Amino acid sequence: MEMSPGHFLLARLDDVARWAQSTSVWPLTMGLACCAIEMMTVTSPEYDIARLGSEVFRSSPRQADLMIVSGRVAQKMAPVVKRLYDQMADPKWVISMGACASSGGIFDNYAIVQGVDTIIPVDVYVPGCPPSPDGLLYAVNLIQQQIREGGRGGILARS
Amino acid sequence: MRKRLFNVGAILQGLSITFGFMFKKRPTIEYPSVKKQHAPRFHGLHELRRYGDAKERCIGCELCSSACPANAITVIGAENTPEDRKSPGERYAARYEIDELRCIFCGLCEEACPTDAIVLTPRFEMADYRRGSFIYSKDRLLVPPDAGVGAAPDDRPGGIPSDLGRVAEIKSTTDVEEGYSATHRGEILKTERRGLAG
Repeated sequence: MEMSPGHFLLARLDDVARWAQSTSVWPLTMGLACCAIEMMTVTSPEYDIARLGSEVFRSSPRQADLMIVSGRVAQKMAPVVKRLYDQMADPKWVISMGACASSGGIFDNYAIVQGVDTIIPVDVYVPGCPPSPDGLLYAVNLIQQQIREGGRGGILARS
Repeated sequence: MRKRLFNVGAILQGLSITFGFMFKKRPTIEYPSVKKQHAPRFHGLHELRRYGDAKERCIGCELCSSACPANAITVIGAENTPEDRKSPGERYAARYEIDELRCIFCGLCEEACPTDAIVLTPRFEMADYRRGSFIYSKDRLLVPPDAGVGAAPDDRPGGIPSDLGRVAEIKSTTDVEEGYSATHRGEILKTERRGLAG
């Protein structure tokens, strides 16, 4: 990327802002099913997501940057998930944690949404049933990497 | 005055507990640089194995596919020809695809496999940005030709694997003490471009 001298300060500020953003990704407290147990384990001393700056699980979507959809999304829960996502302030990111949230998993039936990416845009998918806590840490690392590269979240279409 | 001093004592008593933790071992695993030693039978990413002579173990019987509770495995078998034998036996898997997003890592495919072809490795870093990248086909599942284990059965149709029924022995390639790096699977995982996660 070529930069003219006049843009130098703004570009550096942008880098600092991205660094700050990527090291303070606050997740939303939204455990839907058994994957939430592994999501809670991530905050335990052994895995310690505080090292990545994401230990503050916000209870209000207004103050959260990251939605970890942990567990199966029932058809009845889908509008709630969508509403919470809409209430989150931009920029926002979504991790689809586990087989059920990502694709429905073994629950290929009328009650479960077949992939949460049918209702909200997902940035990182984590396979597993449930994923190990370090698997989720890897996903948070991917989110941080995406933020540092300038990703705004929610731009990747279902592909 | 005396009561205030008493309060200081209580604070010091409380802080001594906090201070004591400075001399205890930290339980934190510094994840991106240090990886946790999972249990030897941890269910992670799949791997399709070969025999020692680089023939594929999979004989395209589709038992894994029918055992799968999530219907995540697609196997399309084809007949071996005498000129080009992909596997000992009559058939081989022309296509072998696992949808890792649908998979629940229960290990039923591993149990169903009569030739120990499909196994679950300790690899847990599977997250990715794109949904389409989770369809693992043979190019990412199959181990490199020089990473085969076990002696292949003879080429006659109906020949049975020489290590049939000794699953436990083969699975013990995971060395708990040394971590992945000392294991046969770990050797494959270290050189990612050759086998898995290409």
